[in-house]
Amino acid sequence: MNEQEQEKFANHLRQSLAPMSRELNRDLWPNMLRRVNEGARQRQWIAVLFSPAALSSVPWFDWALLAALVIGICAFPQSIPIWLYHF
Amino acid sequence: MELLEEHPTVLAQFAAGELEAFEMLFRQFQGEVFGWIVRIVRDPAAAEDLTVETFWRIYRGHARFDPERSFGAWARRIATNVAIDYLKTGQSREGAWAASPAVESAQDQRAGNSVNPAIQRELRERTQLALQHLPAKLRVVATLALIEECPHSEIAAVLNISAAAVKSRLFRAVRLLRKKLGNLDTTYE
Repeated sequence: MNEQEQEKFANHLRQSLAPMSRELNRDLWPNMLRRVNEGARQRQWIAVLFSPAALSSVPWFDWALLAALVIGICAFPQSIPIWLYHF
Repeated sequence: MELLEEHPTVLAQFAAGELEAFEMLFRQFQGEVFGWIVRIVRDPAAAEDLTVETFWRIYRGHARFDPERSFGAWARRIATNVAIDYLKTGQSREGAWAASPAVESAQDQRAGNSVNPAIQRELRERTQLALQHLPAKLRVVATLALIEECPHSEIAAVLNISAAAVKSRLFRAVRLLRKKLGNLDTTYE
């Protein structure tokens, strides 16, 4: 297809679809602020979950159980399907 | 308004993550970003949501912004990516492109009064459908270059590609559109 044909086709397109020129007729800042606050809350939630205070409140035997589980999985990887079945 | 963008303090404060500076930039550029997105997705309702999504990405990426560079150009590039992502997800509804009576009237005037309105409507629907079925990257180039008549250099800048790549995408888009539309040429002749 040469440039002349392409221009002819573009003219057909412009005739059937007009350019869109719309003005924004309302302020979107309230929506934006809501989005920013939601994002901040999510970050806060993650920060709280993994904060030193939250981690230090976990009892020592839970950490010991987790460590035993990790060691068990590393020592016997074939046991993974059994663990997955029980969880 | 232009002065605000050039104000280095506001841009530096935004880059440092200050919400007040972000708000000033948002209020200055929301109309421009909305206008750009609506030209690509051709759906004002979706464009409002995508404008907020664009500024959310801008806000999250504030640390990557270089205050020495133009905020408007950066925002427009991000807006284009957001619009392309939207087109890729296929959320762009076929009905969303339905033109208002005023727009249809303007389109009819562009097409000329000699053409039967029923044929015009059918042609418009077929063209919209054909454009909607183009891959997102080709669709953006075709919409901006052929319908919105944006210069190739401007399209290249927002897509972060060369002008030659724009021409190549446009060529592929037109070839695909011609294949889909078939006898479009004979409809007007």
